[in-house]
Amino acid sequence: MSARDEETAAGASGERAVGFFRERFGLDDRSLADGLGTALARPVDHADLFFEYAVEDAVVLEEGLVKSGTRHLDQGLGVRVQQGERQGYAHSDEISVESVRLAATTARAISEGHASERSVSVSGAGAPAHDLYPVAVPPTEVPVAAKVDLLSRIDAYARARDPRVKQVMASLTAQHRHILVAASDGTFVGDVRPLVRLNVQVIAADGSRREVGGEGMGGRYELARLLEPEAWQPLVDEAVRIATLNLEARPCPAGTLDVVLGPGWPGILLHEAVGHGLEGDFNRKKTSTFSDRIGERVASPGVTVIDDGTLAERRGSLNVDDEGTPTQRTTLIEDGILVGYMQDRLNARLMGMAPTGNGRRESYAHMPMPRMTNTFMLAGEDDPEEILRGVENGIYAVSFGGGQVDITSGKFVFSANEAYRIEGGRLGAPLKGATLIGNGPDALTRISRIGNDLALDRGIGTCGKDGQGVPVGVGMPTIRIDGLTVGGTEG
Amino acid sequence: MSAALAGPDAVAHALEAVRRAGAVAADAVAVESDSVEVRVRDAEVDHVKQARERGLGIRAFVNGGDGLATAVTSTSDLSPEVIERMAAETVALARATAPDRHAGLPDGGFVADRPDLGLLDPADRASTVEDRIARAREAEAAARGADPRISNSEGSEASSDFARVAFGNSEGLLAEYESAHHGISCMPVARDGSGMQTDYWMSVGRRLADLDAPADVGREAARRALGRLGARRVPTAEVPVIFDPMTARSLVGNLVGCLSGYSVYREASFLAGRLGDVIADARVTVVDDGRRPGGLGSKPFDGEGLATRRNVVVGEGRLETYLLDSYSARKLGLASTGNASRGVGSGPGVGATNLWLEPGDATLDEIVADTPRGLLVTSLFGHGFNAVNGDFSRGAAGVWIEGGKRTHPVEEITIAGNLGRMLLDVDAVGSDLLWLGRVAAPSLRVARMTVAGE
Repeated sequence: MSARDEETAAGASGERAVGFFRERFGLDDRSLADGLGTALARPVDHADLFFEYAVEDAVVLEEGLVKSGTRHLDQGLGVRVQQGERQGYAHSDEISVESVRLAATTARAISEGHASERSVSVSGAGAPAHDLYPVAVPPTEVPVAAKVDLLSRIDAYARARDPRVKQVMASLTAQHRHILVAASDGTFVGDVRPLVRLNVQVIAADGSRREVGGEGMGGRYELARLLEPEAWQPLVDEAVRIATLNLEARPCPAGTLDVVLGPGWPGILLHEAVGHGLEGDFNRKKTSTFSDRIGERVASPGVTVIDDGTLAERRGSLNVDDEGTPTQRTTLIEDGILVGYMQDRLNARLMGMAPTGNGRRESYAHMPMPRMTNTFMLAGEDDPEEILRGVENGIYAVSFGGGQVDITSGKFVFSANEAYRIEGGRLGAPLKGATLIGNGPDALTRISRIGNDLALDRGIGTCGKDGQGVPVGVGMPTIRIDGLTVGGTEG
Repeated sequence: MSAALAGPDAVAHALEAVRRAGAVAADAVAVESDSVEVRVRDAEVDHVKQARERGLGIRAFVNGGDGLATAVTSTSDLSPEVIERMAAETVALARATAPDRHAGLPDGGFVADRPDLGLLDPADRASTVEDRIARAREAEAAARGADPRISNSEGSEASSDFARVAFGNSEGLLAEYESAHHGISCMPVARDGSGMQTDYWMSVGRRLADLDAPADVGREAARRALGRLGARRVPTAEVPVIFDPMTARSLVGNLVGCLSGYSVYREASFLAGRLGDVIADARVTVVDDGRRPGGLGSKPFDGEGLATRRNVVVGEGRLETYLLDSYSARKLGLASTGNASRGVGSGPGVGATNLWLEPGDATLDEIVADTPRGLLVTSLFGHGFNAVNGDFSRGAAGVWIEGGKRTHPVEEITIAGNLGRMLLDVDAVGSDLLWLGRVAAPSLRVARMTVAGE
């Protein structure tokens, strides 16, 4: 995957963001410096200001009708002060010079030191290093009629695909977010972040059985792209295929089986099994099952896992993280050996490491934490067909719903919504209700085959941590894991 | 820019602005909140977070020929100009959506009384950040001091949130209430030769005086984390499964989604078309009561301004009602149950208010003693529940039971079944109803589920 060649227009998004906050809220260099000065009026290690102005709209279809449209305007600022391991945070939905000063006074209360004088200069174009997602038309400015029309076409198309389709639910969400970060170390950077997401869910019925199937796609690109039939028709085809397939699905076996995971979205395995455990905060506090394990083998030879926030147009990508650090490509596991963590500024500083551009937050109302961007495993050399043929008794899982992990014990779980039995190297009946559970540091050492078919997901992931949701991406080639616990109902 | 309006004024201003923009009906909600959260790790402050937030949500209806067309907007900027702009956008957006003959405000029954539901103790506003740090420290110290194997933690938190909700509609309603939410929680890490385990415990309430002592929260959290040390898998088996109140609550939470009128009219719930049927064992009675004194889901009126009330949802195993707002009720030819839930950023949906499974007589220890061989589940994770057909398969941790005795902790297993079947298979209900939020349950035993392990 090459993602390093789109920096030609570097800075455009940052300059737009800086200009936006200057014009709309009168946030000039002087008022930002004044806010930081207030935050720094006691001896602290670091202070930063975060400004956000976000517009989001959505249209939702059910029963053949777009019954309602929504539009949200969310703006605010957050001021953070750090001293040692302590953080003070105050946020407000009012963006003004006075509210910055008030929030800064509140946030600095965690510092127990005496008054000091420090001044900071805030200036410059505020341009980030990357320009990964320029759009000509902000997605929230595409006329609602075009969005409504798309959903109506999706409904008609889905129902025409199969008479067993009884219910179609579709949604189109558009987000346009301006952010600006100014920090006591001189960081001054803005970003404009578009995000679009199309989701299709169908319920199919046959006799007394009802099953659901869904598919989605999205990213940081022009909304117009989703309006093209070549984009949305395959999505609807998938949703209908999964729902009708599940009408035939049989109960899933229970017990320990060999598992083959398909390419793309099943990369959620990496996100849950190792990704969270490699976030800097858990490792600084030594509450992760991966704490103090840099340099150790945590996966089979051939397994290389990357977190990369610099992939153009990807849902999990950012020009800069929410602390103003440029995003980067970070190798977490190289050929099976743990080599790196994902860091925000606080945890990097406390661990004596460099920030990796993973300091993210849901909004101005949240403090940054180390979070994943796009997390994936590099391709291997095996032919995916051959991987399946090699399994005597197992399951093949190609699509998943949600997953979850206990960072400390390392136990993770995730649920398949499309899975098949494999017997004697041949694909068998579709299975319903397959849940996989394993132990993070152990599961990746059981990977015995790695396909040559790396794919990233379609842009649908949202990761939750400590009550904060952020958009992320995952990816993986086809892999085989020997002996994973499969939770079904058939003993 | 001019100053932000106070909640009730913002609501009134929005209603007037959408009327002028051409809406035939509308409602609006404003929420103003003050919150503080502190986290302490070991004896040190990890973070202090404070905020004052406001938000306004507007729902407007326009005539669309065959019914009304709807749009919903929200803003965190409550200045009159922005409210007017959002009002105009709401009406324009509504004109772009499809008319729906079921759409509209409720037909009546708007709240007329002002019950005192015990949602706030004004004296609690005087509690300082320092008080909260002290309480979090107490919880943390109790957990860390409980056992030498408690060597670390994710920290202890104390938080408070004071909110004022104002709601109005084009039928002339303008009502408001104040509430508070306080919590304390603790998440210690236990470690021995077998590895590291964590668990948590918490206490929540409308008044600080309702919370458990911080040290008790810390000790219980430590007990739970210690109890997981040395956990292992068990062989795959079909056995009785006991849920403690914490995990039974999660199970009842899965049920709530299936009771929502929206899931029902979309036939996206396995309970669609089952009104009046026996759906659970006769030991199972589920009640939703929006006016439970001091309840964490209590409120005088719901998200559409209808008075909240007490509904028996499942009575001795029989499905008596779904949870409905006015839209989903009209779709089903029923009446709203006062269960419209609504945040600033969304239109009304359906939610539980205070919903619980009525306790029985037995203690958890008695239920365990009455189980020859089985699993006591103390932690559930993952999202393996399908509301459309009731299929249930989730990750679990807990304690293995042999001969009516707890033998060893268990982890890295799943439990699977079908919620429809599980409700019918409930064969014991504990006396230990525990409130940790809006949904609550006592311990429960399900006669038979598949435990997947080795």
